Amino acid sequence: MTPLLQTRSLTKHFGGHAAVSDVDLSVTQGEIHCLIGPNGAGKSTLFKLIVGTHEATSGHIAFQGADVTRQRPFQRVQQGMSIKMQAPSVFKELPVRQNIHIALQHHVAGRAELTREEDRLLELLDLAADAKKLAGELAHGQQQWLEIGMALALRPVLLLMDEPTAGLSPEETFKTGELIQKLNAEGMTVLVVEHDMAFIRQIAQRVTVLHFGKVFAEGSIGEVIADPRVAEIYLGKTHEH
Amino acid sequence: MFQLINGPQTLGTTRVFWLPFLAVLAAVLLYPVVADAYDVGNMAYLLTWVFMAMGLCLVWGYGGMLSFGQTLFFGIAGYGYGVLAINLGGEAGTTFLALLGALVLAALAAAVLGYFMIWGRVGGVFFGIVTLSATLVLAFFLGQTAGPEWHIGSARLNGFNGMKDMAPLNLPLPSGETLYFDGMPLYYLVVGLIVVVYIGLRMLLNSRFGHVVVAVREDPQRAELLGYDVRKYQLATFVIGSALAGLSGVLYTSWGQFITPASIGLPAAAMPIVWVAFSGRGDITATLVGSFLVLWAFQTITVYSQQAALLLMGAMLLCTVMVAPQGFVIGVVQAVRRVFVRRGGSAVKARAVQNVPDAQEVRA
Repeated sequence: MTPLLQTRSLTKHFGGHAAVSDVDLSVTQGEIHCLIGPNGAGKSTLFKLIVGTHEATSGHIAFQGADVTRQRPFQRVQQGMSIKMQAPSVFKELPVRQNIHIALQHHVAGRAELTREEDRLLELLDLAADAKKLAGELAHGQQQWLEIGMALALRPVLLLMDEPTAGLSPEETFKTGELIQKLNAEGMTVLVVEHDMAFIRQIAQRVTVLHFGKVFAEGSIGEVIADPRVAEIYLGKTHEH
Repeated sequence: MFQLINGPQTLGTTRVFWLPFLAVLAAVLLYPVVADAYDVGNMAYLLTWVFMAMGLCLVWGYGGMLSFGQTLFFGIAGYGYGVLAINLGGEAGTTFLALLGALVLAALAAAVLGYFMIWGRVGGVFFGIVTLSATLVLAFFLGQTAGPEWHIGSARLNGFNGMKDMAPLNLPLPSGETLYFDGMPLYYLVVGLIVVVYIGLRMLLNSRFGHVVVAVREDPQRAELLGYDVRKYQLATFVIGSALAGLSGVLYTSWGQFITPASIGLPAAAMPIVWVAFSGRGDITATLVGSFLVLWAFQTITVYSQQAALLLMGAMLLCTVMVAPQGFVIGVVQAVRRVFVRRGGSAVKARAVQNVPDAQEVRA
């Protein structure tokens, strides 16, 4: 079976420093795949390479079998990727409903249908009562959820999330995990960059561990947690290659 | 259609706005009946500039691109109209061909300049610097075209003295006579065009396109990550706004039957910024109303002292930045809204007012 997303020898250099080096990653249709690693492991850089906001120095990225390495972010989104960035990235000076509207209007035609979808998403995200507020007036956690809602509005094949629980309370984090599991149960493939291990345990079906920009370990959540080398890098001891 | 006219990107979506709007429009249409021909002609001249202000509002206020060089497109279209009108003969409706040709020229120039700036990732203050440079280059170039060798067909460019003697806009009537658009006919033509452009821009801004334009202003990367090619939206916005500056250029040239490099140079280039900043760049209606008021005040004071009028413009820009960075017209609307809300009205009705850029952004 062809992976939904595949990177081959993906490398990104910043000057002389290899932030991501020869990374081979496969995300299979229908799974929740987590990308973990200590700070500076290259998770966010790899995420940005996949999204297209960073250009790869070498290597390839294939999405649904097509090479998207040289495509701009909007082209990747049009093909079915959808992105939730690390810091809440919403239109802060616009009302919450308009944020959702702008994301939805890409795929939904007709004013009545648009309004129905807006209402559905606002309910799903517990933001219906705040629909008329400016997005910048929402609490941090609500902004995170709003951005998730905007990502979902695109009806993606692959949902990419960079630290979706950053700044969230434990309760909000758990709710986010539940939402991701619900979306996955409905058939959505999800790739999550995260370092909150409790959250990873809650949602992950497969895990890739990055360290010093390279793939360090890969497997099911159970296998990765049981790997003493992974525990070692998370405890702060540097693993020598 | 009505939902597009009264969408979230534009102020004034209720009868409280539209009834006074219709009353003002009726007064504007009746103005030539009560005013003398000289004043009507002056008013037509004054209104020709409003298109450039609305275009800049679209580009800067809604699109987030501060263009300091809208006079470039004003000049290209103005000179373009002159060249075409002179070479086509200026009769039998050819002036309207010249008008269309001049608008196409301005739009093409904006498309080329915009392409290099937007695809070249020129943004922020550099967008203003490049557009200002472009308009200054054109002004300096035209200033040195005094010699007889500088002509296009039979149209002399004439350096700082400017191009002159092009026919005003005119149409042949079935009776065999020609309707010249000067004085009252020009006034009604300009008013009609303002209404069409204003309603058209409201519809554009509240359409799918308008939502994306505002999204790109707020956060270009987020807009791109929603699947929009932000460069195309920015370019389209810039071209439409610049074509409107071109429309001002054509109407101005037709009104006075001359155009000089002075209408393209630095003082002229700064004027639209003052009009739009003072009015409130966050809303097209505020720009329409505010620009008219500023132009009227400017012209009235110019009768007594041009220097005083220029000083007033500078003072107004300073006051706007310091006191009401969102614009004075929007400031007044916000004050009214506060009173309205205090009396128990719905804040939702004034939602668009909240969308105007904040003080820090304007100062930046």
